[in-house]
Amino acid sequence: MRASANGGAAARKVELRDVGLRYFGHEGETEALKDISLSIAPGEFVAIIGQSGCGKSTLLSLISGILKPTEGTVLLDGRPVTGPSRKVGYMLQQDYLFEWRTILENAVLGAEIQGADMGAARARATQLLTRYGLGKFLHYLPRQLSGGMRQRVALARTLCTEPDVVLLDEPFSALDSQTRLALADEVADILRREGKTAILVTHDIGEAISMAERVVVLSRRPGQVKSDRPIRFATSNGARPAPFAARNAPEFNGYFNTLWQELEVHVEG
Amino acid sequence: MSKVDVIAGASPQYREWLRREQRGRLAVRGTQAALLLLFFVLWEVLPRAQIINPLFTSYPSALWPTFVEMLKATPQQASILTHTWSTVLATVIGFTAAMALGTAIAAALWWWGDLYKVLDPYLVVANAMPKTAFVPIFYIWLGATLSIYAMSLAISLFITILMIYSGLQGADPNKVKLAQTFGASRGQILTKVVLPASVPTLIAALKVNVGLSLVGVVVGEFQSASLGLGYLIQYGSQIFKLNIVMTAITILAVVSSVMYLAISWLEAAVMRRR
Repeated sequence: MRASANGGAAARKVELRDVGLRYFGHEGETEALKDISLSIAPGEFVAIIGQSGCGKSTLLSLISGILKPTEGTVLLDGRPVTGPSRKVGYMLQQDYLFEWRTILENAVLGAEIQGADMGAARARATQLLTRYGLGKFLHYLPRQLSGGMRQRVALARTLCTEPDVVLLDEPFSALDSQTRLALADEVADILRREGKTAILVTHDIGEAISMAERVVVLSRRPGQVKSDRPIRFATSNGARPAPFAARNAPEFNGYFNTLWQELEVHVEG
Repeated sequence: MSKVDVIAGASPQYREWLRREQRGRLAVRGTQAALLLLFFVLWEVLPRAQIINPLFTSYPSALWPTFVEMLKATPQQASILTHTWSTVLATVIGFTAAMALGTAIAAALWWWGDLYKVLDPYLVVANAMPKTAFVPIFYIWLGATLSIYAMSLAISLFITILMIYSGLQGADPNKVKLAQTFGASRGQILTKVVLPASVPTLIAALKVNVGLSLVGVVVGEFQSASLGLGYLIQYGSQIFKLNIVMTAITILAVVSSVMYLAISWLEAAVMRRR
């Protein structure tokens, strides 16, 4: 069993202490996040859910260091985050592949920006892309690939720089539903096997339950932690089921209903 | 799959569709050629029939002998090829300088956003100014040759800055964010994201510039040159030799077409990567 929600004070990969963020504009200031405190253990897979505009994506931007909190501190391996770190990889809502670069050139973008050894980066990217079934497409252009293939390239681009922590900002939201389910399985498997700490932001309750071992619910704006609960499935071998299988587990519906109520979804008419 | 493979296993309907497409393309090309031919025929026939005064228009059939005659340099007059080369060279220098300087200035405005806020109204007004009003002043300031380059540059610089700046601004903010997540510096964002994303805008600016630079050069030559097609037009009209004027104008048309083709080719080569 991995370190769960409240366990293991010693091992904290990512920690947020009383973090708040306000955006400033000429119309006034907007409080996006308020009093967020969270600890995430190494190797843990956490999902953060909430309705659109609750500040979930902002939370990832804070952890990645591209935004600075107005209040509180964000810690990575016990040290305050002051800017983007090589230990953190970020997968955005869409693949945002550069259309002027080939698949391989796209996959090594991070390494190139970070000034890493390009020979090693190319070898690693080739290996990752081949593992994801894209070995034949290394020198293709992004427009020649399907949406699911493109998102796999984005995953290779994220993992090519060998981050410990992977932030996933609704990485499947632009895909059709079949591709989405298949890719969720693949990505969860890849991240677990490589022992990455993963933080997934989504508004899809099913995706959160099936992929993560812990789900945090954020309230409406300003986003605050409303609940934080471990997700456990009883399996014969004690291992966590793959996301697709988890959707058929008996525990799934119970978690779904609880989280649905906490989200207070109102259809606005 | 190559086109041949497609056709080998093609259905009769698909073959028919291909034939229709082919016919459509030929019809467009044929009409284009016919329009050009009609233009030259009217230009030849109308003056000869005395419907319009030949003194004002010359004839197409007079152009070639004039051209051949002007190929030879005389003590008073350089060869027409020298004139053409002079104009082409000044145009190439003009738009190359406009592209280089315009891109550099646009990048500087992108880099220092406050600088853009300050200069924005001046750039817009400078772009709207009729640059040809400066022809006499440039002549006084810069002399015969430099004033032509300067006019060619001035006429295309401001629109280049404005176009390329808006191209840089238009780069997808999410691609910029992506680069930032890897810790990209501002310089890396410019060279790896924003500039490559603006290549289509650069090509569009180049297209606009080639035409504008040629205008700048010809207008500059009206004022100051003793060489160039603009000079020939001015000289020919002063001594009322419309043959010279029309030959020079026809060469300008050919020069424009060649430059247009060159840029279309460049565009196709660049866009194949996208």
